[in-house]
Amino acid sequence: MREEIIVSGRMNPNIDPHLHIWHWQIPLYLFLGGLAAGLLFFAAYFIIQGKEDKYPAATKLATLVVPFLLILGLFALFLDLKHKLYFWRLYTTIRLESPMGWGAWTLMIITPISMIWAALNVRTFFPNWKWPFKFLDDLESFFLKYKKVLAWVTIFYALILGVYTGILFSAFNARPLWNTSILGPLFLVSGMSTAAALIILLSRSKEERFMFAKIDLVLIGIELFLITHMFMGFLASTQVQIEAARLFLGGPYTAVFWVFVVGLGLVVPAILEFFEIIKIKIPAVIPAILVLIGGLLLRFIIANAGQFSRWLY
Amino acid sequence: MRYAMAIDTKKCVGCSDCVVACQTENNVPIGYCRDWVTEITDGTYPQLELEIRSERCNHCENSPCVRCCPTGASHYSDGGIVTVTHNKCIGCGACITSCPYDARYSHPDGYVDKCTFCIHRTQKGLQPACVSTCPTKCMYFGDLDDPKSEVSLVLKKRKWKTLIPEAGTDPHVYYLI
Repeated sequence: MREEIIVSGRMNPNIDPHLHIWHWQIPLYLFLGGLAAGLLFFAAYFIIQGKEDKYPAATKLATLVVPFLLILGLFALFLDLKHKLYFWRLYTTIRLESPMGWGAWTLMIITPISMIWAALNVRTFFPNWKWPFKFLDDLESFFLKYKKVLAWVTIFYALILGVYTGILFSAFNARPLWNTSILGPLFLVSGMSTAAALIILLSRSKEERFMFAKIDLVLIGIELFLITHMFMGFLASTQVQIEAARLFLGGPYTAVFWVFVVGLGLVVPAILEFFEIIKIKIPAVIPAILVLIGGLLLRFIIANAGQFSRWLY
Repeated sequence: MRYAMAIDTKKCVGCSDCVVACQTENNVPIGYCRDWVTEITDGTYPQLELEIRSERCNHCENSPCVRCCPTGASHYSDGGIVTVTHNKCIGCGACITSCPYDARYSHPDGYVDKCTFCIHRTQKGLQPACVSTCPTKCMYFGDLDDPKSEVSLVLKKRKWKTLIPEAGTDPHVYYLI
């Protein structure tokens, strides 16, 4: 049998025996970013539709949560940097070729937008809220006047943020598992699905929970379709991508991916949500929590396995 | 000007002198290396072939690390040498992840580090430390744009390969086979 044995003298920390430069910070940040993108998308979409009163958790309560998610995500991203004192260099450069670069700029735009939404909705939950300065009142009335325009801008940037969480990975040709353009849409849809799940958790209205269970069911369907296509694409591609797919088809990530991400994170919640839609009583919390954990795990597994996959030469 | 290196796999004995020379010249932190020796045994027993390669950053013409750097810290210097400006690097790790050769590492001081083709020496007209120290004289370094340079001549005369050309990086470290 022909064999090839490669012995390398290199043993750089975090690089060998296999790359492990991105730890928990990046996948956590991608999860929070995707979740925030989904929440902003739904909020803006239903505001444009004029259904604010029908879906209060999605259009009001959720917007108060988003800035915290984004700030937490940015903090995780900051923790990931190893030359922390120079982080400001991100914002003295514009490099459109670099996904990390335009992702940082997208966050710079969408974080203030999310704060505007939170500010516009703060009186719903704190009726006695007063702004300390007059110009803040003026700003509030300005944004209230152009609420729909703001909603359209929010939808645009939310979609960019959601896709970006996947493109950050897929732009690396050096990691065969990540090097698929399906990762962008997959992470976008997964982010929106986790957002729908969080809205179900936040909502007190039966009608709203029902609506978002339906939305989530469709999103889970799309996700399963994209995952299937991702593996079909890998298996029809070059040797390195076939080997990347094998990490999940018999390799070390098989059980954790198919049981926890696909099984408990997608299929089981889809079945439970389907039961809910055909009016079989299921506590809405269960599928929602499963979807959230599944989304988090998906990013951790893709981040880890991607660094494990490589070119052999 | 386009700097390149050619390494003769038929002459290399894998002594790792290039590795030590680099670590000394560039004050590489202990436990890290900018160049390394790889030994590949290939074939069916007893018909085995051994190839020994001294590897390093390939100073690619289409560098994924330069492309994905968000701050422009990774850039092309004179002669197409890919270098990292330390006080522009935020240590995000994107370039480390983007390199199909895994030639980069995170320096304990925080910035990303790698082979520089000893740019501080080449600017003075000297050879990189690894090349000048090689006891079997298996490395050639020079300007690809100059048809009379040592590296251009040896690449004309000998058969050669680059590492993972299918990654589309257009590497500028050549291996004579």
